[in-house]
Amino acid sequence: MSVHAEHEPDRAAAHSRGYDGGGHDGGHGHGHDDTSTHHGSFKDYLIGFGLSVVLTAIPFWIVMADVFRSPTVAAVVILLFAAVQIVVHMVYFLHMNTRSEGGWTFLALMFTIVIVVITLTGSLWVMHHLDTNMMPMSPEHMRNMP
Amino acid sequence: MTMHLDTARREAAATEAEAPVFYDVEEAAHAESSTLLGFWIYLMSDALIFAVLFATFGVLGTRYAAGPSPADLFELPLIALNTSLLLFSSITYGLAMLEVEKRRMGLTLFWLGVTGLFGLGFLVIELYEFYHLIAEGAGPQRSAFLSAFFTLVGTHGLHVTAGILWLVTLMFQLPLHGFIPENHRRLMCLGMFWHFLDVIWIGVFTFVYLMGVLRG
Repeated sequence: MSVHAEHEPDRAAAHSRGYDGGGHDGGHGHGHDDTSTHHGSFKDYLIGFGLSVVLTAIPFWIVMADVFRSPTVAAVVILLFAAVQIVVHMVYFLHMNTRSEGGWTFLALMFTIVIVVITLTGSLWVMHHLDTNMMPMSPEHMRNMP
Repeated sequence: MTMHLDTARREAAATEAEAPVFYDVEEAAHAESSTLLGFWIYLMSDALIFAVLFATFGVLGTRYAAGPSPADLFELPLIALNTSLLLFSSITYGLAMLEVEKRRMGLTLFWLGVTGLFGLGFLVIELYEFYHLIAEGAGPQRSAFLSAFFTLVGTHGLHVTAGILWLVTLMFQLPLHGFIPENHRRLMCLGMFWHFLDVIWIGVFTFVYLMGVLRG
């Protein structure tokens, strides 16, 4: 390994650690084969753009043309479209994968998603129950509270 | 025998002497990519800020205080236009990054400029919408729904403003210093920031505008 390190230090170091993003290691002359994984190609951007146009247009059409009779069904459908579109953006525009930076970006993303889900569902759940279970109170009640 | 040992020891010493060189270089290679990882972690913490604002809107979004509801206020064609502007700005930023890889300064600046104009168009429409709402008496102090709405959408708008300022800064730095590693890193970070704002906007137009209008 040390022999390798003398010849191509950056690459040997990067490979021994399992980084795949060679494009941002300060050297632009080499490691060009690695850059495609981090930047995405023209095809990637085009696929991502095409998919997100479709995934944006359909929810707007559903709401503006009143496609579903039940607003609940429509809400669930457009939420699903949003979830899919977020994944599309993550993969094709943010070039998210499980390998970049040795897997640390993916780990940070998973952690964030867990926290976001707990925050959102927890807030909505708790506040909904508070809202439905609290007695409506008039200002007189409030003043005479023990 | 002793000669043999000596050689082995010398070899061991030589490897030990080489070791710091190896570690030093590795550290330099690490420093570059750790910026991107660090920026990613910043984006994740920013996502948490938006998650809290989304949760606030989710709780307060139906409290109209006998004021106007989303269906009364929101003009979906305008929001669709806004969304497409932001979507176009995302792909033009991607095209700029592809030109960066090819080291073509003119086209890089062209696509960055187009991205900035799309971003600016988005901001102008958003400010027009805000101005319109406040002029109608549906300002942030009208109801809990409107307070949460202005906070969430306004925070996203502030992020876009910061992104445009950053973009303009880089459009001056790029011709000045050329495609140096530092500029490349900055462009990568801004790209992550820009695409991230687009991801947040998916949540905004779905959760705030479309579902708001569905609620009636």
